[in-house]
Amino acid sequence: MKKLIFCASALALAGLTGCGSGGSPSVKVGLNVELTGEMPAVGASSKNAAEMFVSQINTAGGLDLGGTKLPIELIIGDNGAKADQARTVAQRLISQDNVVAMVGPDASSCAIPASIVAETFKCPMISPWSTNSKTTLDEEGKPKQYVFRACFIDPFEARVLAKFVLNNIKAKTAAVLYDVASEAPNGQANLFKEVFEQNGGKVVAFETYTTGDRDFSAQLTKIKAQNPEVIFLPAYYNDAAGIARQARQQGITAQLIGSDAWSSPEIITLGGQDVDGSYFCNHYSTEIATPVAKKFVSDYTAKYGKAPDDVAALTYDAMGLITEAIRTAGKADRQAVRNALAKIPKYEGVTGTLQFQPGSGDPVKSAVILQIKDGKFVWIANGQP
Amino acid sequence: MFFYLAQQTINALQLGSIYALIALGYSMVYGVLVMINFAHGDLFMLGAFACLLLAVLLPVHLPFVVILLLVMLVIGLLGALIERVAYRPLRDAPRVSAIITALGCGLVIENTTLSLSPYPQFLPTLFVSKTLTFAGLTITTLQILIIGVALGLMVGLDLLIRKTGFGMAMRAISFDAKTVPLMGIPVNRMISLTFFVGAGLGGAAGMLYGLAYPQISATMGVLIGWKAFIAAVIGGIGSIRGAVLGGFILGGVEVMAVAYLPSTYRDLISYSLLLAILIFKPYGLLGHPPNQKV
Repeated sequence: MKKLIFCASALALAGLTGCGSGGSPSVKVGLNVELTGEMPAVGASSKNAAEMFVSQINTAGGLDLGGTKLPIELIIGDNGAKADQARTVAQRLISQDNVVAMVGPDASSCAIPASIVAETFKCPMISPWSTNSKTTLDEEGKPKQYVFRACFIDPFEARVLAKFVLNNIKAKTAAVLYDVASEAPNGQANLFKEVFEQNGGKVVAFETYTTGDRDFSAQLTKIKAQNPEVIFLPAYYNDAAGIARQARQQGITAQLIGSDAWSSPEIITLGGQDVDGSYFCNHYSTEIATPVAKKFVSDYTAKYGKAPDDVAALTYDAMGLITEAIRTAGKADRQAVRNALAKIPKYEGVTGTLQFQPGSGDPVKSAVILQIKDGKFVWIANGQP
Repeated sequence: MFFYLAQQTINALQLGSIYALIALGYSMVYGVLVMINFAHGDLFMLGAFACLLLAVLLPVHLPFVVILLLVMLVIGLLGALIERVAYRPLRDAPRVSAIITALGCGLVIENTTLSLSPYPQFLPTLFVSKTLTFAGLTITTLQILIIGVALGLMVGLDLLIRKTGFGMAMRAISFDAKTVPLMGIPVNRMISLTFFVGAGLGGAAGMLYGLAYPQISATMGVLIGWKAFIAAVIGGIGSIRGAVLGGFILGGVEVMAVAYLPSTYRDLISYSLLLAILIFKPYGLLGHPPNQKV
């Protein structure tokens, strides 16, 4: 139905016949996100934000490509938060749907396999939320040419959090519990340990579990025996809420610290009292918003009846970056779009000003520390790496 | 040090009792039909969802025991229905057809649930759980309840199988399925009852699991289902007491591997140990080689 509407508006605007194939009555952008599986709230936020972005552009007449205004057609694929499915969806978007560029996946475990497909087929891809270094680097550690992201990366986040624990919370001992089978949490846990210990802290327990585990009692009993001041949980919101509940039931009172994977408001619904008072690192805060961000927050809230989380904001920025690059390139050509994207001058996004480092798909940008307080995310500090 | 071990033992008992309850369903079905009911893990998942529906959607506030019995009844009937609709027509078909059908049933249940409830749900606490402390040892009333209910159900099942006509018929079918109908035992009804009881226990396990780890999702049955199946094999599939033993061994090994070794290697250590058991006892700890008929 959505496709029909886009095609119909394409016909009206461009005055072309034919739909999709033959000529290019619309600019096709793919969205490869986690609509089902372990973190459906993440995929839903991405989809909402991307659809809102597209409808705003199309309502304003479409995308100006060298004088002709074309609407954007968004093609959505569900990767089920699974690595293999993310790869298949990327392949389908590129080969079958013939998109000019892709946004997503959000989770690093999905973004890394999808990025290999994007790189092979030379199709620009922006992951809104994947913070793992490997998303934009190839196996030899060299930057990929066609893969970008809209967020900061794990080493940066780990430094911000380790410094925050040492300097603001003034804790010297920490425990870490993370999903060893998931890319982003695994990377963040190891980097946090490294930075925390380099700066005088001590990691007294470094425990793991596996994706899908719901019983954390053995690990928590082990952590409790070491009596750490803080527990770092670089886990997706689902797991984090479950761990918090079981920790409190075991009588563990240590301060909980989370990563940006906590940022879905779902964590408040699921975790309730157990996560109250916890701190986590995030991409932006609605409290220190720029005019661009304020407009986004009010538009999103009006359309979907809830405040946007960071995934929504980052997806909106990723869509913005792609659109800006297509406009600059002046044509819906993958290579031209990739070149324009790499050279985009300071882009004023919802999550701050973004610019890609020369020869890299990682943007230069900032982080914030938030606290969960009385069922709300409250801004505490700006991230100091 | 002793308290640490005791504390981890409580964790192991809680996890093990849930594995054992699910493993029973696999073992009972295998006992009478010599087939693996791969949809069992998904019936376990539905147990948690049935509890959610009964606890949240009903305007009346039902007591815990009533919810537990209703969950067992509903999931038990569903298990018997699956047997009637999907497995019985294939009873004389090649073994592979039955396995594929069971996997298919599991996928249908899982994806139907996924389409109705794509988001993980949070199971409300059915009662206020208190944390009790004895000399440094913490145990919640919820843990006591879960272990207690699970053990109670296992003892009940053992009595059912050893002391009743149904139990005797079930044991007879698993001993010699060809001769039993000649003795006037209604085999189909007994098989339906076996599925009813096995699925009911799986549903109860789903509810207890949902209370212990309150986040439930459509895919939660897959991993737990596999683990419970492994527990049943370790104990000796087809053996009721073996399933219970296997469940507690698996829970114990998983927890103790984390307790005393790096948790990263948990699955490697626990499953290597279980493989080692199978090398020395290929039919499981309490299983028997199939009857050889000359």
